[in-house]
Formats: sequence, C-alpha cells, structure tokens
Amino acid sequence: MAFVRWLKRHLVVIAGLLTLGYLLLPNVIVTVFSFNKPKGRFNYEWQQFSTDAWRDPCGVADMCGSLSISLQIAVWATIGATVLGTMIAFALVRYRFRARGAVNSLIFLPMAMPEVVMAASLLTLFLNMGAQLGFWTILIAHIMFCLSFVVTAVKARVMSMDPRLEQAAQDLYAGPAQTFLRVTLPIAAPGIAAGALLAFALSFDDFIITNFNAGSTVTFPMFVWGSAQRGTPVQINVIGTAMFLVAVLFVLAGMVIGNRRNKQKA
Amino acid sequence: MAAVTEAPPLAPQPAEKPPRKRGRLVPYWLLLPGILWLIVFFALPMIYQASTSVQTGSLEQGFKVTWHFQTYWDALADYWPQFLRSVLYAGAATILCLVLGYPLAYLIAFRAGRWRNLIMILVIAPFFTSFLIRTLAWKTILADGGPVVGALNSLHVLDVTNWLGFTSGDRVLATPLAVVCGLTYNFLPFMILPLYTSLERIDGRLHEAAGDLYAAPFTTFRKVTFPLSMPGVVSGTLLTFIPASGDYVNADLLGSTDTRMVGNVIQTQFLRILDYPTAAALSFILMAAILIMVTLYIRKSGTEDLV
Amino acid sequence: MTNDSSGDVRLSGISKTYGAFTAVHPLDLTVPQGSFFALLGASGCGKTTTLRMIAGLEEPSSGTVFLGDQEVTNLPPYKRPVNTVFQSYALFPHLDIFENVAFGLRRRGIKSVKKQVEDMLELVQLGEQARKKPHQLSGGQQQRVAVARALINHPKVLLLDEPLGALDLKLRRQMQLELKRIQTEVGITFIHVTHDQEEAMTMADTVAVMNAGRVEQLGSPADLYENPNTTFVANFLGTSNLIEAAVDSKSGDDIVLQAGGGKLVLPQARCSAPTATGGKVLVGIRPEKISLTHADDAGEIPEGRNRITGKIADSSFIGVSTQYVIDSAVCPEFEVYSQNIDRDARLTPGADVVLHWSPAHTFGLDAAQDIDAGVETVEPEEGVAA
Repeated sequence: MAFVRWLKRHLVVIAGLLTLGYLLLPNVIVTVFSFNKPKGRFNYEWQQFSTDAWRDPCGVADMCGSLSISLQIAVWATIGATVLGTMIAFALVRYRFRARGAVNSLIFLPMAMPEVVMAASLLTLFLNMGAQLGFWTILIAHIMFCLSFVVTAVKARVMSMDPRLEQAAQDLYAGPAQTFLRVTLPIAAPGIAAGALLAFALSFDDFIITNFNAGSTVTFPMFVWGSAQRGTPVQINVIGTAMFLVAVLFVLAGMVIGNRRNKQKA
Repeated sequence: MAAVTEAPPLAPQPAEKPPRKRGRLVPYWLLLPGILWLIVFFALPMIYQASTSVQTGSLEQGFKVTWHFQTYWDALADYWPQFLRSVLYAGAATILCLVLGYPLAYLIAFRAGRWRNLIMILVIAPFFTSFLIRTLAWKTILADGGPVVGALNSLHVLDVTNWLGFTSGDRVLATPLAVVCGLTYNFLPFMILPLYTSLERIDGRLHEAAGDLYAAPFTTFRKVTFPLSMPGVVSGTLLTFIPASGDYVNADLLGSTDTRMVGNVIQTQFLRILDYPTAAALSFILMAAILIMVTLYIRKSGTEDLV
Repeated sequence: MTNDSSGDVRLSGISKTYGAFTAVHPLDLTVPQGSFFALLGASGCGKTTTLRMIAGLEEPSSGTVFLGDQEVTNLPPYKRPVNTVFQSYALFPHLDIFENVAFGLRRRGIKSVKKQVEDMLELVQLGEQARKKPHQLSGGQQQRVAVARALINHPKVLLLDEPLGALDLKLRRQMQLELKRIQTEVGITFIHVTHDQEEAMTMADTVAVMNAGRVEQLGSPADLYENPNTTFVANFLGTSNLIEAAVDSKSGDDIVLQAGGGKLVLPQARCSAPTATGGKVLVGIRPEKISLTHADDAGEIPEGRNRITGKIADSSFIGVSTQYVIDSAVCPEFEVYSQNIDRDARLTPGADVVLHWSPAHTFGLDAAQDIDAGVETVEPEEGVAA
C-alpha cells in the first residue's frame, strides 16, 4: 500500500525520467559505438572495443572537409541572421509603422512551413535564376530560415525590457547612440545570444534545405546522409560524441562561472 | 555644484527642429535588409514554385506556363497514400510527443528542484549531435533480433502492433512504428521546450489554492494546470506536427518503400526524376494543407499570438 | 546661487494630445526655484504626461517649456539640465550600484567620478552596497539609489514620478521625510507626481490638483484642504460633506442659505460660486470640523453655529477618533469624525443628534458640478477622458 502511494506521488517524476531516457538513449548508443570496431562497412552492430576512430578522427575521406564547410556556413549564417534578425526585432518592438501585420506574417510563415516546401521552392528560384548551387546558395538559405528564430528570441527579450530604462539613460545625458550601446544592447544581449546560438545549431544541423540547394558541396549532415547509403564510418560517432561533450562542458562552465560571480557579488 | 561647471554648456537652441521627428524612417531602415531577404528568398520562391506547378514541358525542351492545373489532380491521384501517411505519422508522433513530453516538462517546471538546470541541459544537449547521427543510432536500437525487439516480442507487444498494421513479422525496423518512433524522438524537444515555458509561468500557489478549494491532485491538473499550459500545448503541437509532416529523413532511414511520406516523393521528384511541375504541385498542396490545418487549429484553441 | 530664477520651471500653454484623446489641456504653470511642488491626481489625469514633457521624454503638442530663462521645448532629454526619479526606479540591471550612480557623470565626460559617487552613496547611506547589482537591494534601497543617481548630476530640477509607489506604508512614511530632508539640504526644485494625497500634502509646499488633463486648483496643502474650489478637490483631498442649498439672503460678509428647512451661514469669502439670491450652491464641511451633540442636550449648543439634525446610522471606533455616519434630511450619509476626549455614551447608532459647526469652517462650491467628482472609488482606473 505504501508502495502504491509512493508510486502515485512520484508517477510524474518516473514518467518524466523515462522520457529523458528516451531522449538520451541514442546519444548513449552514439558514444558507445564510437569505440566499436565494425566488421563490414556499417557501424550498426557491436563487435569489439577499439579506440582507433578516436585516435584518427579525420581518417575518413572528405569527412573533416565537410565538417569545416558546415562550421563556416554556420558561423556566417549565424552572423547574418543575428544582425538582420536583431534589427527586425527592434523595429517590431520599439517602433510603430505601417504594414506591421504583413511583416509579422513574413516572420511567422517560414517557421510554419515544412522545410521541404521551402527547400523545393528555393531550388526553383535558384534554377530559374541560373544560380550556381554551392556554398553561397546554402548560406543564403540558412540565413533565410534562421532569421525568424532570431527575431522571435530577440523580440521576447526586448519586449520584456522596461522602456523606462532607455528613458532613464536619456535623462542621464546619454544621446541615442550612447543609450543604445550602454543600456539597450547590454540588456538585450542574452536574447541576442540565445538567438545566435539557436541559429548556429539550426544551421549546423540542417539537412533538408541544404540537400536541395547544395549542388555538389557536401556539408557534414550531407556526409552523414551519404554514408548511411554507402557505409557509416565510426568517425561519425566520434564527431557526434565530441560535439555533445563540448556542448555540455560549455554550458556547465558557463553555469559555474555564473554561480561564482553571483556568490562574489552577494 | 562642482559638477555643473564641468558639464558641457547647455545652450538654448529654440530654432532647432524637434530631433525625434527625424526618427520616423528608422523602423523602415531597420526592417529593410531582413525583410528584403525574406521577400527574395522566401516569398519570391513561393511564387516561382506556384508558376512552376502549372507549367508543362520537359527538361530538354524547357518548361512553359500553360496553366496546366491537371498536374495537381494527377499528383493527388498518384500520391494520396503518401499524403495520408504524412498526416497520420506526423499526427501520431505529435500525440506521442505530447504524452511523453508533458511529464518531463512538468517535472522540470515543478519537481526538479536543484536538478532543473541539469535536466534542461540534458534535454537540449543532444541537439548538438547531428540529428542524422542520432537517427542512425535508432537503427542499432531497433535492430532485428536486438534486445528491444526481443523484449517487445516476448511481451507480445509486436503481436498487437502487427495486428494493427504498425509492424510486420519480427521486425520493427522498416515499419511505420519505426518511422513514428524516429519522428517522435526527433521532434520531442520542440514539444518539451514550449510546454516547459508555459508551465514555468504558472504560479505554484495556484496548485495550493486549487488544493485548498477541494480539488484532488488530478482535478487540479485537469482544471488548473493543463488549461493554463494551453499556449505551450498549442505551440508545441505546431512545432512538432509541421516539421514532422514534411520530414523525409526518418521515413528514409528507418522505414521502407511502404512508409514513404510526401516529403520523400517531393525529394525524389525534384532531385532524381526532375519532374519539377509535379514536385512543385505536391509541395504546394502540402503547404496549403498545413496552412489550413494550422489556421483551423489556432482558431479552435483560441491562441492567436504565438509568435 | 540660491535666489536666482534659473531653477524656475515655467510651462505656458503646454498641451498633449494623442489622436482624439487630450491627455493635458493647455496649461500654464510656474514652479519657483527651490520649491517642492506636487502634481496630484488620479491615474490618467495627465500629471505624469506633464512631468514627462518637462523631462523631454514627451513632446508637447503645443506650448513651451522654460527652465529659468532658457526655452527647452525642443531639447531632447539628454540635453536638459533636469533629472528624473522614475516610477519603479528604472535602475540599469546590468550595472552595479556604483555604475548606476556614475552613469550621468560619465555621459557628460567627467573622468574622475569616484569621489563624487562615494559621497553621494554616503548621503543616501548606501556606501556598503556600491558593488551590488540593483536586484540584490531591497525596495527602499533601490529607491535611494534612484534618487542618488539623479541628484549626483546637480540638476536644476528634480522630477519624481510616483517615487514611493512601490514601497510599503511604513517605508513610504520614512522616505517621505527623507526626501523632504534632502530637498531642504540641496535646495533644488523638486516636482513630484503622486496619486497619494497624503504624500503630496506631507511633502510639498505647493500642490496642483489635476483632473482630466486640467489643473483644478493650486495652492498650499492647508489652503487646498480648508478652502477647496471644486467638488473634485473637496472630495479627492480628504473627505467632504456636500449639501445642496439655495441662497436665501445676504447679511454683511455672510450668505444665508436654505437647506432642508434649516438655515446655514457661509462667509462670502469662502464661496467660489456665484451667489445670486435664489440660486443653488453646494455647501461643504469637513468631517472633523463638526461637533456632535445628543438631541437631548440641543439647548447647550452656542448660538451662531450652523446646525443640522439627524440620527446616527453607524459608528466605528478608530482609536484617536470615532467616525460616525449620520442620516439627515439634507444629506443621507453625513460623515463626522469626533476626537475621543470625552465620549458621550449615548452616541450609539439610532440616537438622535444635532450636528453643529462654526460658519467659518463652511465652504461654498458651484452647484453645477458633479457632487461626487473625485470620490475615491475602489480602484482608481484610467478613463477620465476629456
């Protein structure tokens, strides 16, 4: 009876943790299989422990090249989408102007559109214009679909910002430029950072739109896709695991620094 | 009064025009580059695609606009099973995401205590491993004769799913179940994050107030917590359903030719068969279907301000 | 530097409209150098808009703003020698207390700010907290930072927008005295916007009562209280009993009025309304000016006092006083506050009583106004449109 009561009280916790397990299971598999030594071309079945792949992560032809292309595109797409998106977000929150509804729809629609639709239509445009598919078309596409997410993230932050803070800055002898640099930007920074991070993750991991508009350029997700057909090298798992660890370490480090700073101040 | 003497002189300039009037054009300058980008690379392609869908011709002789609407009917007649599958799979994955994601979001918002940040990180961190790599891991998890399939088999779950047509024989891989499982996995964080955001805003005292007013825990959930989390439920289901219905990665990697979704068809038509009008018509139908469903859904759930 | 007029604030014909809505009707106002001036009114009455036009945060639709001899109407806020203590303070969350206070000095290009900032923080007793972030301070401390951040610039005028609104009652009392002390010490003109009549009366030398975008009356707190000119002021500042009466005759400097069969006397000088014989006038009297005598002792009331008979409907014991609600023929809910010096045990609900007061405490208002204007509602909301 006590057990049933305990179960009832903690049902939500148990169900939640099971879901968390479901979310993390593939990452566990990816990590474990990065130490595998598969017999055939595919790394789907456990054979024997080996650190070969970790010792030679770029040992597969073209993989690290595709990784570098993906990183470059992600960095430029992040910069582009963050700058353009932040500008739009400020315009939307801080100013009144005509065609506000139309602008809002134009921001919302790319998020409410299946990727494959955007991918196909963008390819139609590029084909019609006779554009050379490759790095630049991928970058254009990535900025396009990251833009809306940045706008949403920055807008939320700017909207929750008290307009009196900027008025207070003006009242204390800061001109428009000073007000923006000293008050608006620092306070909006977390929102902008969140938007940029999101843009980076979306761009780096994008497959569908990239697949349509890449021509013969191969990004990392495209390399993985191709390898699912031809044979999956263990190095893919190494990269996947490393990226997971780096992300976790980054966040943990940020939290530790933040905590320490708060303690010092208190 | 030392500071006043150091301050720059504040000369009267009554003739000057009110400086803030100059700012009328500022929003337009701020909007211009981004909006132009979206018009050229999002809106304009839609128009190109609309025109492509009513063209006829061939790759060799070129395509011409002939207002050939028949393409739409042909596409629907040929590919209605894939459309149906897209809606069913995406719908099933959305419901599963809601059922699986709600407890986790609830756990993070109300029960995690000092573990909250850690669990949050664990929900987001998998994002940084390419989703294709993680989807491929499901091939290992659901492998024929593997522990998961074995367990499902001995528990006779597979008998039930076989009877329902979700699986066939002793396999999970290359069946609808595997595709739905992959879709659910891929879009689960998109459900959890908005759910968490709206749950977190709920004042914990509301639970106490409901309890004080004679509501049992489950009644509290049904009458207070869940209604208040509706914005999260609505945006979560949209963020899951929309990308899932256009996805072709899961159907390709985890499914078979019998699980092809409309995304697979568009991809093949566009990139392999090079039948641009049919592909354009298909993606237009998909877009229209989703826009209609989303509009109806938002109307019905009464949450207009999602952005 | 104290007796010049460089800290005068002069508004002439200033107004603000938003589309069809008029927030502030053309307004003339002069606030002399060194005074503590309060703009008092319910929310939406235009007091904050007026303040923001002085600060430069709002552009007037018409009229001009002068600071001393300098016209500043078209100057942006960062060029005006005026500083504001904002509602809910608007402290910069990303800067610590020291940098918040130093902000204005740094923007004016002053390099060595350390001494000044430390002195200022000492003045508001926050020297220890210099390196904390605003969110780590209590409400009262944040309030003092906001004052310090504005005062350090030695503005010609300090504008305070509901500066004490977010504090609890006890702290608010304390800060009222503190602000008053600071104002006396630095001698700067303070313009203080508030909806709290008690706050305005405690702190300010001069109070302007605003209603629906207009200044209803301007004067010293005692003046406004003792001799209100409109029903709004009579009701908004404290409580007034208002009785409709007709002008019967005049005798010397007094007007004799007819109300509910009885006669009331009102000094001509204390009536702001036209007083043609036969015309209507609203007679007002503050609750604490009224004496209450049991009907059995009516004979002991001295001659020459205004009197009204009634019946006690309700009484509540407050401690320092007892508040009575009296039913009478001329006014259904007459309020009387009586000091608890010698309590008459017979004054309980149901008792017949005579209310009487000195004619010198009576005031007269124009009867063409809404008799309930400015009566406190449960929640003072916006919507006092023109």
